[in-house]
Amino acid sequence: MPRLIINGHTQQVDVDPDTPLLWVLRDTLGLTGTRYGCGIAQCGACTVHIDGVATRSCSVPVGAAEGAQITTIEGLSANDSLHPVQKAWIALDVPQCGYCQSGMIMAVAALLREKPRPSDADIDEAITNICRCGTYARIRAAIHTVATA
Amino acid sequence: MTYMPQISRRSFVASVAALGGGLALGFHLPTGATPAGAATRDGEVNAWVVIQPDDTVIIRVARSEMGQGIITALPMLVAEELGCDWSKVRAEFPDADENLRRQRAWGDMATGGSRSVRGSQEYLRKAGAAAREMLVEAAAQQWDVPAAECQAAKGVITHKPSGRSLRFGEVAEAATKLPPPSEPKLKDPKDWSLLGTSQKRLDTVDKVTGKPIFGIDVRVPNMLYAAIVQSPVFGGTPKSFDEAKVRGFKGVRQVVPLPNAVAVVADSWWQAKQAADALPVTWDEGPNGKVSSADIDELLRGGLAGAEAAVVRKNGDIDAALAKAVKRVEAQYAAPFLSHATMEPQNCTAHVTADKVEVWVPTQSGEGALAAAAAAAEVAPEKVVLHKAMLGGGFGRRGAVQDYVHQAVRIAKVVGQPVKLLWTREEDVRHDFYRPAAMAKFTAGLDAAGMPVAWRVRLTSPSIFATLLPQRLTNGVDLAAAGGFTEEMAYDVPNYQVEYAMRTTHVPVGFWRSVNHSQNGFFRECFVDEMAHAAGQDPYQYRRKLLSKDAKRLAVLDAAAQKAGWDEPVPPGLSRGIALVEAYGSLCAQVVEASVGDKGQVRAHRVVAALDTGHVVNPAILQSQVESGIVYGLTAALYGVITIENGRVRQGNFDDYEMLRLAEMPVVETVLVPSGGFWGGGGEPTVPPLAPALCNAIFAASGKRIRSLPLKDQDLKRV
Repeated sequence: MPRLIINGHTQQVDVDPDTPLLWVLRDTLGLTGTRYGCGIAQCGACTVHIDGVATRSCSVPVGAAEGAQITTIEGLSANDSLHPVQKAWIALDVPQCGYCQSGMIMAVAALLREKPRPSDADIDEAITNICRCGTYARIRAAIHTVATA
Repeated sequence: MTYMPQISRRSFVASVAALGGGLALGFHLPTGATPAGAATRDGEVNAWVVIQPDDTVIIRVARSEMGQGIITALPMLVAEELGCDWSKVRAEFPDADENLRRQRAWGDMATGGSRSVRGSQEYLRKAGAAAREMLVEAAAQQWDVPAAECQAAKGVITHKPSGRSLRFGEVAEAATKLPPPSEPKLKDPKDWSLLGTSQKRLDTVDKVTGKPIFGIDVRVPNMLYAAIVQSPVFGGTPKSFDEAKVRGFKGVRQVVPLPNAVAVVADSWWQAKQAADALPVTWDEGPNGKVSSADIDELLRGGLAGAEAAVVRKNGDIDAALAKAVKRVEAQYAAPFLSHATMEPQNCTAHVTADKVEVWVPTQSGEGALAAAAAAAEVAPEKVVLHKAMLGGGFGRRGAVQDYVHQAVRIAKVVGQPVKLLWTREEDVRHDFYRPAAMAKFTAGLDAAGMPVAWRVRLTSPSIFATLLPQRLTNGVDLAAAGGFTEEMAYDVPNYQVEYAMRTTHVPVGFWRSVNHSQNGFFRECFVDEMAHAAGQDPYQYRRKLLSKDAKRLAVLDAAAQKAGWDEPVPPGLSRGIALVEAYGSLCAQVVEASVGDKGQVRAHRVVAALDTGHVVNPAILQSQVESGIVYGLTAALYGVITIENGRVRQGNFDDYEMLRLAEMPVVETVLVPSGGFWGGGGEPTVPPLAPALCNAIFAASGKRIRSLPLKDQDLKRV
């Protein structure tokens, strides 16, 4: 029975260790903010942090995440506060349908931790998640507002 | 090889019929009525407006939110006339079953055709005005003064002569007991203070914190999960399947056969999917198991050449004018099938019990979903409770067809427990109702000045109406298939004929954001460029001449060209293209600056869009819609293609059905040029101009005329 550390809490989950982390988060633990888009690590809707690294959880067997610090959108900021990326998203009204935005925000938060002032090229390289509504321009603008804040 | 297309989607056609009869398709104004016995909430001034004692204003939103921002824009229409404090407004979706119980108090819930604002603005503003008049009347009665001496603003009613005031929350309950005014008076648009301003969206916080708002997020006690495998060939049916092979899989509860699919129900979706992948199914593929894209292309080429076609518009004498023309321009164009690829794959959660059917679903048509659920469970519509969730994208996929609702309800009925059905991405891409593949053939005759005196248009494609809404055919003809060439044809050509040859394939077609305008805009605006080139004229100035009698369209074209700096030199390495499309009551012109690399790689660097929607509710949201339409159009132009092999869709996921990503996003500059006096749509008119403007830019860059999409399949390498 895999033991997971999710958003700071240790939990044991009764699933096969080869179950993708995404489905353990969504269906076993009810953390539905992490979303399914493709199942093949193409779209990034399922992005979480594993030991601080942005990771597409649809393609990580839960057994491989044992013992690691897993952070989901629900745990990105403590209590009811908002992460600076979430605040920037609100300031620029980034989301449209919003479905991909948890993954986007997790990917951006990881990028900014690594590179607090990313260039456009850094953003292009790091933020490869898919958004069908076309929020890309606002995402780039919002990243820059966090970086210069 | 050729084939005779045959359609056998009986269960599907039945579902469409079930939601006819005005339920989801007719245009009904909301009654606003509350039948005796129907529950209303405290503080419900009318069906749209609920005011709580703490001054919170709940405004009901009947349409579906799928990113286009109507959860914010529609309440703004009510709030403008209501005179409430916008910061106190909350939006709420009434359920479709409540609409049914209340004799359609909220009218049409269907969300498509860029109709949400333009189709409901009048009754929403009237609802706001009526509620304001009732609140004012309640306050006036309390003070015993004439209502005419009282005014409402920012949620406060003031009696000017005495200086007294009451908050909305203090009089709301009294207002609910007053009769509604028969003809509430609307503001003159020049007096609007909220409409036309950029207000923040009401749903952003939930969307950045991962709240469970989408259909896929629904969790119901004792819920099981279903994965589905649908017949790879459209129209096929499961002949047999070997349930024993997956019986022992952990968590698997049941295998449920459906008319065109087999579903596996398990304790978790992953378990269900593993079993569905492993389940041996033998399919009866029907008559279309050998059909390929080449066959369909051949069928469509026949549509271009065939004598039989409906003439859907005819001005002047085309043959005589062509015979006299100084120069002829001829070309053929093609556009492929496209899948919607909503980020949230199709899903639906259902629970069928002896006395009711409860459904949770992300749908563009709450009432259509309700009708589908009733039909699938074989119960009266009154037995269905239908909860609408937020949509992780819609784009037309979740409107006219509620196939996932049918499936989920049938599965839940068999299982007897709540079941969440979720399609894999592959099922989603391979079981869509696709933007029709289409072709066009043009013959134009130019006069000595290079202007078209004759233009013959032959269009051919499968018909969406014939597939989904046969009642919308006009004498058997799908007039919408010629969208952009008939009423919305902007250009002045004296001898002009448009013909449409319907060609039916076994591939289901449906409403894909901007529908027929998406391919027709590409065809038409590229061919106008070809005529301009044949005439040796600048494509922008050529369009200006063709629009000389049309100030409104000229203004939009000019706005885009001026903002783009059309008359200034293009930055090195780039070239420009322009296009103008009218659709859904709005006008949109785009200028694209693009480059073509040595290896043929196309890049759109900058898109300038001018948009006239008449009135604008919320400029910031409309700007998002412009960006959105451009990304949707650009993705399709660069990458979008669904091909058919052995009767089935070849593509399956984002690795082979590619999407535009952030690194490829052009700079978008939007010029809103609302000319007032009408209400045009916002969600779709921004999609069609992108492909032709881009392809016209590619022609300017490379001299290569693109007559077929997507661009990834075109050879643009420099030799």
